[in-house]
Parts: sequence; structure tokens; C-alpha cells
Amino acid sequence: MAQTAVVTKSGAAFTLPRVRTIFITWLGVIPFFAFAFLFLLLPSSSLFIESFQDTQGNFTLANIVGLFDEPIRSGYIASIEISAFTALVGGIFGFLLAYAVTLGGLPKWVRSSYVTFSGVASNFAGVPLAFAFVAVLGRTGAITALFKNVGINLYDIGFNLYDFWGLSLVYLFFQFPLMLLIMIPSLEGLKPEWREAAANLGATQFEYWRRVAFPILLPSLLGTMILLFGNAFGAYATAFALTGGRLNLVTIQIGAQIRGDVLHNPNLGFAMALGMVFIMFVCIIGYTLLQRQTERWLR
Amino acid sequence: MAFVELHQVQKNFATATAVENFNLDVERGEFVSFLGPSGCGKTTTLRMIAGFEVPSSGTIRLNGADVTNLPPNKRNVGMVFQSYALFPNMTVAENIAFGMTVARKPKEEITKRVDEMLRLIHLPQLGNRYPYQLSGGQQQRVALARALAIQPQVLLLDEPLSALDAKIRVSLRQEIRAIQRTLGITTIYVTHDQEEAMSLSDRIVVMSNGRMEQVGTPFEIYNFPKTQFVASFVGTLNQLQARVSDAASGKLDVEGQTIYAAKPFEKMTGETVAIALRPEMIDLDGSGESEENHLQGTVEDTTFLGSIVRTRVRLRDSIISFDTFNNPNLTLPRASEKITMSFPRDAVLILEQNAAPVQA
Repeated sequence: MAQTAVVTKSGAAFTLPRVRTIFITWLGVIPFFAFAFLFLLLPSSSLFIESFQDTQGNFTLANIVGLFDEPIRSGYIASIEISAFTALVGGIFGFLLAYAVTLGGLPKWVRSSYVTFSGVASNFAGVPLAFAFVAVLGRTGAITALFKNVGINLYDIGFNLYDFWGLSLVYLFFQFPLMLLIMIPSLEGLKPEWREAAANLGATQFEYWRRVAFPILLPSLLGTMILLFGNAFGAYATAFALTGGRLNLVTIQIGAQIRGDVLHNPNLGFAMALGMVFIMFVCIIGYTLLQRQTERWLR
Repeated sequence: MAFVELHQVQKNFATATAVENFNLDVERGEFVSFLGPSGCGKTTTLRMIAGFEVPSSGTIRLNGADVTNLPPNKRNVGMVFQSYALFPNMTVAENIAFGMTVARKPKEEITKRVDEMLRLIHLPQLGNRYPYQLSGGQQQRVALARALAIQPQVLLLDEPLSALDAKIRVSLRQEIRAIQRTLGITTIYVTHDQEEAMSLSDRIVVMSNGRMEQVGTPFEIYNFPKTQFVASFVGTLNQLQARVSDAASGKLDVEGQTIYAAKPFEKMTGETVAIALRPEMIDLDGSGESEENHLQGTVEDTTFLGSIVRTRVRLRDSIISFDTFNNPNLTLPRASEKITMSFPRDAVLILEQNAAPVQA
């Protein structure tokens, strides 16, 4: 059917087919907008409003001020610390791994195996992941037992799966595969001609990486690390399943406030969630700006 | 001694031979083009000169020094890539300065040279722009400036204009030639565009299947193609099979009609040879002065090509084309009309069947 406007004898144009096409197109995206409205916009608005209300529904700033009190403040700090640490370590290892499978000259099957593994591992979080680590590196885990058999007690020499470092190790399981998945396209975006042009102009491999490749990758690298930070910052189920609330992370505190296990102040919980939304928003802005820079360069 | 010498250079990739027994001497300040279709080995040869590929055998010398196994960053050879290959994280000025920065040249010298280069490529105001802020033509000029800034021994250009549109291609190729003449830099240029090669080069190396088909000036390549491949690749050419009637007098039989070549040739009577005729060398009988050779045929069709009109004529089995300059009073032959064409004896080119390795 023709999609162009039809002009009548009087000169008036009518575009029925086009209107219908546009309507059908919009009909296709309505479920998404409905979903986003019902489960993102509405709860976020409610969260925002209730953060500024007390339990009786009166306006208050007490919840926001309360975010700077202990133990909430240290909860934020702990969450930021573990997120920053796992983003940094996961970022570096993920990048090196991505480099190895992309530009390292390894056989093709190695790359496809890693990509498949990373696709699964980056989404393998929560209770199953915590259980897997407990089964392997818990006090009675398989590896722990193996070490015990050769006279080494991992827990006696300082290792603890249930503290900051243990949880970081668990988080790294999904952090570095995510880094790998996101960095592979960036590394593949490095044109071989840049390396050749640099060499042609007298640069060594090191100089090429220092002056060309690394600066080009840096926005992607930092942007992805911000994404990793956000990924760890919002994690709840893994931390809760592993530490059972012993670790003072902000997500665990929010859970406690809203569930009302120990402290029951849902409005404070909403304010804490709002604080998280704010931090995540900053992360997204940072990520977007850095990605935009890369896209502009690689246009 | 030539400035660039390639001696018996060969490059094999697994089971395929990309370049075979390549011998070439390029003089200082000369502009040489490698011309051929995709996959003929021209870029591989250029990459061997740049050091990005190591020859399987043979030697490459630059200014007397054997560079066959020298890494690219030690060769002092400037290269311009088809895709520009500008560093996107650097400004135009930083791109041009890259080679000198890496060589740790003094800052003042770098600034002075960058300014010189920007003026040379007529972009003095764009030093602070990033590559993504430039057009394709501007980017390629910057790439040229970057390659020249290090004062290379040889400038290599790998199809530098093929990503640009036709108008810019023509103006930029004139600019490249002007810059090359100004600097007197030895230049090797890779292209599959015969017009580009003809207009730019002192000499052209026509390549096919990894081998040199012919080396010569644009005039020689166009007017005296040695092989069927060169004849068909360079310009439009009529290729016909002819039987030798009398080699001593240059007498040939083309589908039952007799023509003569300008010179005797070394072939046996009765042998079949490939001959070539340029369309622009053929006239409609009586319309030109050349009446030594005549061929009769039937007009198939005529095609208007702007400044010229191309007419296709069927002999018995073959079809040949001839070109007539367009003018408003031109009377074109009609389809199915029987006509006689004439051409001088020296328009008849006897071609070799296959290319033998060429020493240049």
C-alpha cells in the first residue's frame, strides 16, 4: 500500500495509511512504556515522596539527615568500598582477559569459550552464586577441605569467605566476566591501521599503547568500571545469602528497614534507597559521558 | 644505484603466492604507481616495503641499505592509508606531530614543522580540530602531512583516494602530485584506478596475480600494452583474434578481412595472435585520414558518453567499439547499418598471451 500522502482535487492532503502505520508502531512500544511507568516511574516517585515523609505521612527531612548517621553512613561507605574494589580489580583483570582473547592471538575456540562463560557468569549472582562459593570455599567447602588434607587451614591463615574480602571474591566472579563482555567490542574497535601508522611513524609497541590505544580505550575502560561499580553497589541477594546480614552493606540495611526484622522504619529505608538511586544516577551519567566521548572518537 | 630496490621479492601466504619474483628499481624523486585489480599483490608489495609484511624471499633496499628484515618503526618510511588511520584521540596538530614526538624532537622544532605541514596541506586553521570534525578529504590531507612530517626516505600511499568522492579525488590527486614535486620525495602509490595512475605517475607497474605484467611510463602503458591483461585493464580496448597471413609484411586475417600491422613480427604463418585496437584510433571510413586498414561490420548500437559517442560494430563473430568526438552536427550510424571502419597500421598492437616476469 502506498505510504505517501494523497492530494485531493481541492488540494487537501490526507495520509490515512501513514497515520495507521504510525499508530501501529506506537502500539508496539506501549507495553514498554506501560511497564516502565508501572514498575519504574511509579515506584520511584513513591520512593522519592516517602523518603520525605514520616510514618504518619507528614513531610520531614529527618530520613535524609538520618542517612549521615551511624550505622547507615558506614553502610554506604562499606558498599562504596566493596563496589570500588571489585570494580577496580574486576576491571583490570577483565580488561587483561579481554585483551588476551581479542588481540592476544589465542585460538578462536578460546575466545568463544570465554565469551560464552562470561555471558553465563556475569548473570550468575544471588543465592546460587553464594551457595556455589560456600560449597567450594566455605568452612567445610571442597577446596577448603582439600587444603586441610595437605595441612593448610585457609581460615587459620586469614581467609574468610564471609567478610569483606570473601564477599569481594564472590562479587569478582560476576564482575570480571561483565568487564570482558563489554571491553571485547572496544578492543575490537581498535583499528589495525592505528598500530601500523604508529609503527610507521617510529613508535614502539609500548608507545603505541601509551599514546594511542590506551587513551582511546580509557573512556570505555572507566565507563565500564563505573558500570561494575553500580553492579556491585546494587547487589543484595549474594551478600545477604553469604553473610546473612553480618556485613553492613547499604542494600542489606535497606532490606532490614523495609522487612522490619530488627529496625522498622520503612521511610528511612526509602531514603536509603533514594541515596542509592542518587549514587547510581551519578554512575550512569559518568558512564554515558565517557561512552559518548568514545563514540565521538570512533565515529 | 636505485633509491628503492626490490630484488626477487616473493610473498607466500600458506598455500597462496601473493607476490612472485618482483623486481623493481625506483629512482630518487620518482613517482611510481602499482596498478592492478584487487588481489593482484600491489598492497602486499607496498606493505613489504613499509615493513608490515616480511618477504618470503628476496631483498628490499632503501637508499642502499638492506631493510628486508627491519621493523617498520626503524625504516623511516611514511605511509598514507586508505582509511586515513588518524589517531582519533589526538588533534590534527598532535597527529602531525606524532612521529616527531615519538622521536623526542625539541618542542620548538615540532611546532615549526607542524605549522609548515599545515600550510603545505592548506589547512593552517585546523590544527586544533579532531579527526571526527574533518571531512574525508581533509582527513586524508592530514594523514599525508603526518606521513611527510617525519621527513621519510620514501612515501607510500595505499589507495589513499578510494574512500573519497569523485570530485575530491581529482583535486586531491593533483595536490598529492604537486606536493610530491615540491618536496621531490620518492613515492610509491597503490591504486586500482588507471586514470589516477596515469595522471600521477612517472612510471606505472601493472600487476596481475602477484606478478608484474608491464612497467613503463603512462604513455607506454597506454599506447603499447605488452600483454592482453594490460591491454584490457588500461583503458578501453578492442581485443581480437587474428591469423598471421605473412609475418614479414605484418599481414593479418581478422575473421576473413585483411589488415596490416605497422611492423613485421616474429610469428609463424597460420598462427593465431591476439591483437588490440584502441577505440579512439578507429574512424568511420572517410571521416579520418587513416585509410590503410579497413574493417567492415554491422552496427550493433551507439552509446552517448558525453564528450564522445561509442559505436559497437559486429564483424563476423567479434564486436569492436570505436569512439567519435561528440559535436552537434554529428550523424551517427544507425543500428544494423553496414559500415566500414579505418585505422592506421600502427594502431594494431600484437599482444603477448601471458606475462613473463618483468625486470624494471
